[in-house]
Amino acid sequence: MTRVAPAGSRPAPERTDRSRTDKPRPGRRGPGNRPSVLLSKAGVTAMLGLAALYTLLPMLWLVLSSTKSRQDLFATNGFAPGKDFALVDNLTYLFEVDNGIFLRWLLNTVLYAGVGSLLATVFSVAAGYTFDKLNFPGKEKLFSFVLLGVMVPGTAMAIPLYLIAAKAGLVNTFWGVFIPGLVFPFGVYLARVFSASYIPDEVLEAARVDGAGELRTFCRIALPMIAPGFVTIFLFQFTQIWNSFFLPLVMLSDKDLFPVNLGLYVWYSSALSQGHPQDYLLAIVGSLVSVVPLVVLFLMLQRFWKSGMTAGAVK
Amino acid sequence: MTTPSARAQRRTATLLLAPFFILFAAVTLAPLVYAGWMSLFTTHTSGLGFGGTEEVFAGLDNYVRALADPAFRGGFLTIAAYVAIYIPVMIGGALVLALLLDSALTRARTFFQLALFLPHAVPGLIAALIWVYLYTPGLSPVIDFLGAGGLDIDFLSADNAVFSAANIAVWEWIGYNMVIFYAALKAVPTEALDAAKIDGAGQIRTALSIKVPMIRPAIALAVLFTVIGSVQLFTEPKVIYSASSSIGSSWTPNMFVQTAAFTHNDFGLAAAASLLIALFAALLSFLVTRFSRSRSKP
Repeated sequence: MTRVAPAGSRPAPERTDRSRTDKPRPGRRGPGNRPSVLLSKAGVTAMLGLAALYTLLPMLWLVLSSTKSRQDLFATNGFAPGKDFALVDNLTYLFEVDNGIFLRWLLNTVLYAGVGSLLATVFSVAAGYTFDKLNFPGKEKLFSFVLLGVMVPGTAMAIPLYLIAAKAGLVNTFWGVFIPGLVFPFGVYLARVFSASYIPDEVLEAARVDGAGELRTFCRIALPMIAPGFVTIFLFQFTQIWNSFFLPLVMLSDKDLFPVNLGLYVWYSSALSQGHPQDYLLAIVGSLVSVVPLVVLFLMLQRFWKSGMTAGAVK
Repeated sequence: MTTPSARAQRRTATLLLAPFFILFAAVTLAPLVYAGWMSLFTTHTSGLGFGGTEEVFAGLDNYVRALADPAFRGGFLTIAAYVAIYIPVMIGGALVLALLLDSALTRARTFFQLALFLPHAVPGLIAALIWVYLYTPGLSPVIDFLGAGGLDIDFLSADNAVFSAANIAVWEWIGYNMVIFYAALKAVPTEALDAAKIDGAGQIRTALSIKVPMIRPAIALAVLFTVIGSVQLFTEPKVIYSASSSIGSSWTPNMFVQTAAFTHNDFGLAAAASLLIALFAALLSFLVTRFSRSRSKP
């Protein structure tokens, strides 16, 4: 991870960090600024290092455990490498077990989270742009509905969603999990904010003067300008769907429809309840395989999640 | 008085808003209304269970039953205990880390930001799986390590489960909030810091008297968002539950809902309890929105 960090970095905060870190501070060695041991360069780095150990060690455990044979998993220390390097065997087993069901779960997750959040983002950006740039009657009233949606908590909605899906015959279908992921009210809110800051009104006026239709203006001019916001909203919803667990748990019973989360949970709980030690290993290796793409995605797109987090939290 | 352009805008607005609002109605409004309706009925089994079931209007009976149920109320007590541990540790920790990162002394800022944020890229369920392995005797190097030091801790016991669940959440969210606080610290005007320096304030004094008060709104928002998230706690307890018999199947409110629905098939009660949780969280969210609005209007 140390190697990846500088390459994928160009982090936004460093650039906005004005003069504070670039210029040496004149008063650093002033009388009131006697650095204690804890606040020395080494002290600060050591404290941050301890925190980094706390966050990284469990990940290291996951990586190391995935390379161990079943015997080593139970017999060797979790933070030490095993006697046999069994990663390839474990991966082969992971993708072969139960007729390759794990690959199917991965594909399902890509559909639920990838396609779902892509569509959700398109709908959110279209709506957010409309609220920001177009005039129509009842605009703010309609927008307060969006805010209502932001306030209704996702997890607590699982049972109401289940009830309505049961009514509509969508329980235990792909659509029962996919459709709820298409709605992202917070994305509409964010899109409105992004539209206001990324798309100057003058540009739209110019397009209208040139005779471009409203829809054409949105697709050809507004969408490219709001692209960074689009990525941010996509990332938010993507993580949210990839994380969701309660909804698939109540909605799905057909293994073939599971997202990866639910599949791993089922392996894990069967390892516990039925004493299948091989399922322990499956849940570990499966976790690693599904975490790696996410970590890579986050490292690649960190500029966007950082801007999105601050836009979302420090409104 | 509608000009062609105003009409065109209205038509486009309808077109661009339609997908979101149609889906919003189907996925948020309709379930709320339907769950509200369902929550007013109970299922009565006639005879010995052979005569089929019938839906009986129950008024607010399900809400009364939920609120009177010690298991449901116990769920909120669990959340209260969890929040009491989790918020100070996570928010305080994130704040200290952000201040350390912001102190001019730190090297390798990018590395630390990424290292601390990384757990957030791990789905909550997988985070819970990793930690529960680390809590499991016989598997866990942490337990071995503590045991070698003479400490025997059962992370999965009833008394410790709240701490264990809070630790998973701290691991997932501390870096996330640190990044937010760090971004807020960057917005603290340089003049204020320079003035403090000229007045002879040290690093710690500057942090406590200038930096923290200036980012207090960001901290307060993070606290409220965290509480809203905590009310919905489900994934981590569910994983701990499958590893340990020490916590009940209604340990948190959402677990209560799931048990009511799928173990007892009491959908009226489950719907009522769900709506109570949603209402509670929505009230908290409302506070957050009010709070952030009043703040942005100076």
